[in-house]
Amino acid sequence: MWRDVVLVAERDLRIELRSRVATNQVAPFALLVLILFAFALDPDTGVLRTAAPGLYWVVVLFSGVLAVARSGSLDDTDGIRDALRLSGLPPAALFLGKALALAAQLLALELVLIGAVAVLYDAPLAGFPLLVATCLAATVAVAATGVLYSALVAGLRVRDTLLPLLLLPVLAPVLIGATKAFEAAFGAEHIGGWDWCGLVVLFAVVYLAAGHRVYGALMEG
Amino acid sequence: MSDPTGDTPAVTVGGAPLHTGSRATRVLGLAALATIALWALYGLVWSPADREMGDLVRLLYVHVPVAILLYAGAGLTTFASAMWLRRRTPGWDALAVAAAELGVLFGVLTLLTGSIWGKPTWNTFWTWDARLTSTALLEVLLIGYLAVRRVDPSPAGGSVRASILGLLLFPNVIIVHYSVDWWRSLHQPATVTRLDPTIEGDMLVALMVGMLAGALTFAWLLLHRFRLAWLEQQVERHDLVAAVADRRAEGDPGAGTPASSNPTPTEPEAQPA
Amino acid sequence: MSVATASLVAMSDGGYLAAGWGATIGLIGAYALITVRRGRRLSRRVPEGDRRWT
Repeated sequence: MWRDVVLVAERDLRIELRSRVATNQVAPFALLVLILFAFALDPDTGVLRTAAPGLYWVVVLFSGVLAVARSGSLDDTDGIRDALRLSGLPPAALFLGKALALAAQLLALELVLIGAVAVLYDAPLAGFPLLVATCLAATVAVAATGVLYSALVAGLRVRDTLLPLLLLPVLAPVLIGATKAFEAAFGAEHIGGWDWCGLVVLFAVVYLAAGHRVYGALMEG
Repeated sequence: MSDPTGDTPAVTVGGAPLHTGSRATRVLGLAALATIALWALYGLVWSPADREMGDLVRLLYVHVPVAILLYAGAGLTTFASAMWLRRRTPGWDALAVAAAELGVLFGVLTLLTGSIWGKPTWNTFWTWDARLTSTALLEVLLIGYLAVRRVDPSPAGGSVRASILGLLLFPNVIIVHYSVDWWRSLHQPATVTRLDPTIEGDMLVALMVGMLAGALTFAWLLLHRFRLAWLEQQVERHDLVAAVADRRAEGDPGAGTPASSNPTPTEPEAQPA
Repeated sequence: MSVATASLVAMSDGGYLAAGWGATIGLIGAYALITVRRGRRLSRRVPEGDRRWT
């Protein structure tokens, strides 16, 4: 089964390496939003610095939605979904494989964005263990939830407008938890950063389990 | 077989009613109305004003029941979705959409009454109070569910897509609720404005009567909306049968009767569970 | 003025109470009306045999 997972992940990542959508479109979009925030908020009053954790995760979520949509559209080519269904590949492996590939791309994106936020917003990078843990947990959460919901809207014509509407409210707890954890890592007092990280971990586990369970039914339906 | 599209008399002898009512709904409806009246009396007249909040506490007699009903609607949607995935009978699907719609209705009411309560209390219509924030997110979740149902191309009777979304609904609600609660608990204002004053005596009665009124109203609305959904399934099924029969008649112009005005009745696969 | 209206007016924040209670009763009533009406309209389109639901 794990071989299948790696197989699926490799396929998605290979397509990405060839098409470079994440590097050429999603990442620039993310940087663009970071810049737009600077236009919207006064860059001289330290607002950006204070708000950096939240803004960072909002950007990650928005670009994440794009990456999720892209991951789903990889299977749009005629007959691929049916082929996958009939191939005997366990649906859970398909789910985990796609989530793995998506997570890899998201992690790379987050790394770039942390650097960007440190430079553009003068964010006080600190508490690296907490930062890393939170990023990992949030990435898994977004990837698992994303693959699940993108399968849910697969085939619908209004998929592109529906996906963000469904995905973002569900990911709100991830946004809350990850932001609070980052705030604590950056030095804010009286915030149990690791507790908030725990919330994100819990969320990730829940959605990994849920996706694992229902992906098969979604593919049949 | 009566013409389904023509004008039929309001009452058919021995036939099924031409509306979603029944004896059950009439009894339920009357009970609901009576309890609502009692609730208004207790809430607005017979109960005393709160020591701290004054008369504003009377808004809570509305806000709390409708908030509970919002959660009830969401929970029911999830339950019905889970049952549909198990049994695949169209009745569960009808229940899911009915419950979700009621959830949206009571969500709007929760947000509305919460804002109206917030204005004189905090001098602003919106405040990032845990309950209001959670409710807003809940509303979006429910609206998303109904949006998917609207664009779902599956024939009437339910779909895996919608049911999985419904299944995930209440867990999402719980996670969001607790996350937001925790998030807001970090920001206790210096002057504690309690949303739940110590309620006792007639105030407790007002709240309890409100819950009962809410429950009865919810049940009445649910019954009607469920039957409406059931009817919609029937209509779609008959339209489908008629279209298929039409298509067959096209291919065979000499034989067979055009079936669009007299569709062959098909037994619905199952009764509502 | 009826007892109810008088007490509403006399109370502090009467406007807010009227808005809250009124909106609630109003919206629920409107929804009830719309749903029942849709039910009537739809019932006409369904052949008799399939209208039953109990």
